[in-house]
Amino acid sequence: MTDTGKSAIKMAAHNVNVFYGEKQAIRNVSIDVGMDEVTAFIGPSGCGKSTFLRTLNRMNDTVASARVEGTITLDGEDIYSSAMDVVQLRARVGMVFQKPNPFPKSIYENVAYGPRIHGLASSKADMDVVVEQSLRRAGLWEEVKDRLNDSGTALSGGQQQRLCIGRAIAVQPEVILMDEPCSALDPIATAKIEELIHELRGKYAIVIVTHNMQQAARVSQRTAFFHLGTMVEYGVTSDIFTNPREERTKDYITGRYG
Amino acid sequence: MTDHTLKAFDEDIGELRALIAEMGGLAEAAIDGALAALSRRDNSLAAQVVGADKAIDELESVLEKKVVEIIALRAPLANDLREIIAALKIVGVVERIGDYAKNIAKRVPLISHRTSHEPLSLLPAMGQIAREMVKDALDAFAARDANKALAVMERDRAVDDFYNSIFRTMVTFMMENPKTISESAHILFIAKNLERVGDHATNVAEMVYYAATGTHAPERERGPDLLAEKEA
Repeated sequence: MTDTGKSAIKMAAHNVNVFYGEKQAIRNVSIDVGMDEVTAFIGPSGCGKSTFLRTLNRMNDTVASARVEGTITLDGEDIYSSAMDVVQLRARVGMVFQKPNPFPKSIYENVAYGPRIHGLASSKADMDVVVEQSLRRAGLWEEVKDRLNDSGTALSGGQQQRLCIGRAIAVQPEVILMDEPCSALDPIATAKIEELIHELRGKYAIVIVTHNMQQAARVSQRTAFFHLGTMVEYGVTSDIFTNPREERTKDYITGRYG
Repeated sequence: MTDHTLKAFDEDIGELRALIAEMGGLAEAAIDGALAALSRRDNSLAAQVVGADKAIDELESVLEKKVVEIIALRAPLANDLREIIAALKIVGVVERIGDYAKNIAKRVPLISHRTSHEPLSLLPAMGQIAREMVKDALDAFAARDANKALAVMERDRAVDDFYNSIFRTMVTFMMENPKTISESAHILFIAKNLERVGDHATNVAEMVYYAATGTHAPERERGPDLLAEKEA
């Protein structure tokens, strides 16, 4: 933490615009993502928060009509430069999606797949260590250690989501992007994921998109409010939820929107 | 202010405000009653004021329940959250204001046999300012009016000046004629109670200011402090 109370910058976006064909989805967004912080993106459906999240590890590259302007850096390095290896980038900036999406393979293989293709384990014994550490960090090890060969898809929804977080962790990312990671989970599974986010803070820069404002309030240190493709307000979470500066932010978080 | 998408939330807040207005009205009436009983030496009116305080206490408990319910069911945020928290604190303060009025009323029979006492004539004027501060602070809450709240805070100085003046006079009275000590002490306590009513109205105004703006009211110039003067 620096003197200003803001952690060192891990990722920085500057004047980012995103277009889907003719339609502009993101307008001139600039934001710094702190190294030791959880940053939450909130806003109504269609506000661009998920689109913007996906620019941070170039997931929008997979959408043919998508075009990204502006600069986004990871540790000061432009992630949209031609020198950037996208596969490597996505290992460094991992992602967890709304619906848990384990591979239809064993629990062990779900976690081992990434380290294997990235060459992060040289032997079976090495891989066993990576799998155990990743599942421990994801808070799932105790529940699955005796059935690592069971299919990942046989787990409960909450366990599947923690498996996906473990899978993301296994390739030693620096940033983890989460796109509504709890929207398909019940409150208990949600609480476990939130506790996990809390524990992972400091080890990884975390950016979470959520529809649940109380969740943003619970897990994040900084919150950005998006509306109609622009970032209306970005600040310390406790300030955003007790005394937002912008009228639109206030109307949204107090349930007066629209 | 636009309405909440969920109308029931607006209904809850409306109910909360109405209850606070009712409770504030009772506290203002109690101050009025206590001051009238004091001026007219009316012991039966004083007894009524003492008895009426129960209704204020009951409203306090109803309001506390309502606030807890709103926090539990509506999870208020931003200006809503600030208003709900301010409401909870204001309710406690208004209850205390009611207690001060009751305390003044209780002293009425203890000084009623005396026909004239100079500071006694100052108390109604002092009480009038304190009572208006209470009313204006609660009106400011109802209207979420930060400027009105600021105006209330500025008037606290006038109540303090009254108190300091009465304090000095009573000390002189007591020194000149020790037989007046018992009565003078009661009058002094009444003045102190009114001074506290002014302080509490100021506190309410500060909470209203915070609820309305999200920032704390600017520091104000304080009047002379009796205790500080003594030390100097």
